[in-house]
Amino acid sequence: MFGTTMSKKTLLNSKEIDIILHRLACQLIENHHNFENTVLIGIQPRGTFLAERLVAILENDYNIPKIEFGQLDITFYRDDFRRREAPLGANKTTINFIVEDKNVVFIDDVLFSGRSIRAALTAIQSFGRPADIELLVLIDRRFSRHLPIQPDYRGRQVDVINQERVTVNWKDKDGEDTVYIINN
Amino acid sequence: MSQLSVKHLIGIKHINEADINLIFETADHFKEVINRPIKKVPSLRDITIANLFFENSTRTKLSFELAEKRLSADIINFSASQSSVKKGETLIDTANNILSMKVDLIVMRHPNVGACDFLSKHVNARIVNAGDGTHEHPTQALLDSYSIREKLGSVTGKKVVIVGDILHSRVALSNIYALKLQGAEVKVCGPKTLIPKYIESLGVGVEYDIKKALEWCDVANVLRVQNERMAINYFPSTREYAQLFGINKPLLDSLSKKIVIMHPGPINRGVEITSEVANSDQSIILNQVENGVAVRMAVIYLLAEQIQR
Repeated sequence: MFGTTMSKKTLLNSKEIDIILHRLACQLIENHHNFENTVLIGIQPRGTFLAERLVAILENDYNIPKIEFGQLDITFYRDDFRRREAPLGANKTTINFIVEDKNVVFIDDVLFSGRSIRAALTAIQSFGRPADIELLVLIDRRFSRHLPIQPDYRGRQVDVINQERVTVNWKDKDGEDTVYIINN
Repeated sequence: MSQLSVKHLIGIKHINEADINLIFETADHFKEVINRPIKKVPSLRDITIANLFFENSTRTKLSFELAEKRLSADIINFSASQSSVKKGETLIDTANNILSMKVDLIVMRHPNVGACDFLSKHVNARIVNAGDGTHEHPTQALLDSYSIREKLGSVTGKKVVIVGDILHSRVALSNIYALKLQGAEVKVCGPKTLIPKYIESLGVGVEYDIKKALEWCDVANVLRVQNERMAINYFPSTREYAQLFGINKPLLDSLSKKIVIMHPGPINRGVEITSEVANSDQSIILNQVENGVAVRMAVIYLLAEQIQR
């Protein structure tokens, strides 16, 4: 009846993303100073691009010397194994350090139901018992949480209805820095 | 992300190259998992697996059990020597009794060819063949290829010679299927009595001279002489076998290149391979054991993924 009307709206352009990334970097410095006891963990697959960008900004623009940074894949810790129509492929986990007594910051692009972060909280235990864990996200989708999980650092909070999708594109990966809201 | 094309892993004969690649990619991730401080993931916490071993096994059974535990599955173990099989119970009855306990997946080793295939048609559970008689041992072939891929970067185009008792070996048959699927060149080498007739029809070459075979290959997969499966004497003596087909250090050193040595275990040291060779830096025998756990985790994970809730 309605045909296929896919609409695509730009939520953030590259200039806005740049400002937000610098603000998030400054907020991290406020709480973690020289990152002596802090490790940044990008959540696979898409959180790692954001984490890489933040690490680059912290190192190049704010002269933080050496930031410990890892990538965590949560596929084997998800709560929807055998409940999805199509199986999910795993991604690489690269954590070459122990997180015991460290301040861990999880980094992901979009916070939606909170289930990925729940899985990440379990997954990180395989690498030790962190002193504390914080969450940084670029986009926080309000009113869509299934679990009591909230970010400590957020780039932009948005109200998006459930049928809509938020897609984050990165310069290094997709050719441009943009955040779209897509309505299928 | 794709799925396996099969519901059971009965043999390499029934799967395709895409399946092998999927299993290897998944195994890469599990290999990283089993090298973590905590080597366990919760994926299969609501899956129950029965390990039915109607024939003796140490390595394969331990490897499967460890793989299942690393995936958080619940497991029950069964070995024929301590069971009602001795009292005359049939295979289907044994399996159905175990299935009544709500088992989702069965790992089975059986002395009879085709036992796993038979079981898969009669019981409602996923079956993984852990060796059926002299037929197939698919997970061993997968971990062998995985180990070659890890050591040499790829299996495609590599020259692999399988040495020893080809006639009684399920490892040889599964390996031939797996290696050919991935585009490797395969030769078999051993005493004429232990090479099956018409083996060339599988697309493999035959070589009776161990020196020539080793000179040709990149990888030598050395099999155990399975005395327990031999009702008659296939060669005059173990000493003669060791002299004609045994691999020792002087023989390896006389080759123009360094080849990779593999063995599925258990080793008869001093017969098919000397201790010096088994312990040398050319041998990847212990890597095979470690990779076995990762590959079996991948197989079980990918089959379990298809089980309906």
